[in-house]
Amino acid sequence: MEQKKLAIIATKGSLDWAYPPFILASTAAALGYEVQIFFTFYGLKLLEKKLSLEVTPLGNPGMPMPMAMDKWFPVLLTALPGMQAMMTAMMKKKMASKGVASVEELRSLCQEADVKLIACQMTVDLFDMDTSAFLDGVEYGGAATFFEFAGETDICLYI
Amino acid sequence: MANFDQELDASGLNCPLPILRAKKTLAGMGAGQVLHIIATDPGSVKDFEAFSKQTGNTLLESREEGGKFHFLIKKA
Repeated sequence: MEQKKLAIIATKGSLDWAYPPFILASTAAALGYEVQIFFTFYGLKLLEKKLSLEVTPLGNPGMPMPMAMDKWFPVLLTALPGMQAMMTAMMKKKMASKGVASVEELRSLCQEADVKLIACQMTVDLFDMDTSAFLDGVEYGGAATFFEFAGETDICLYI
Repeated sequence: MANFDQELDASGLNCPLPILRAKKTLAGMGAGQVLHIIATDPGSVKDFEAFSKQTGNTLLESREEGGKFHFLIKKA
């Protein structure tokens, strides 16, 4: 049986949205898929050696809030300084208590399983990103690089 | 309980960790050997079925006992 292939485009750089690409990539690798993730725009934050991902309730009415805060806490107050750090800390605590892996752990499982991580060169140039802050082994490429692999995949996701 | 060669306690771990740990443990085992996995994630019941189907390993047993899920997987 020919090896199945999965390609993912990761575009988001928040703590919550860091999960889908790394969960799916690591699981697919465990199932025997060859996997590539193409990181573009804010998704590039997921490649930093030292992750500093946060979560925000702003602009996200679907986010479950602790202590039913969404019922009585005015949305505007979630924009106060320190709120994002607080929500991030609470989310991380919740995840740990439920046995959900950290993003760091899932990411290193992906690396162990030879998931190829490709950074969008255009975004790196656009935002003058410091590539020395990125993981070792990250490759750089553009849209054509992505399609070379994506064109042969069984599953291709945009996250 | 049937015999097994190795045991993996994935209690308290959530998706996809039980699968990933199982895959890693199986990688270090020989063909025909049996891995016993203990998990508490209710999603792992369907996930280990799907894992076995897709990897060619055989799910010999899947049962719940005392609030925990037990799986026996034979490495292909």
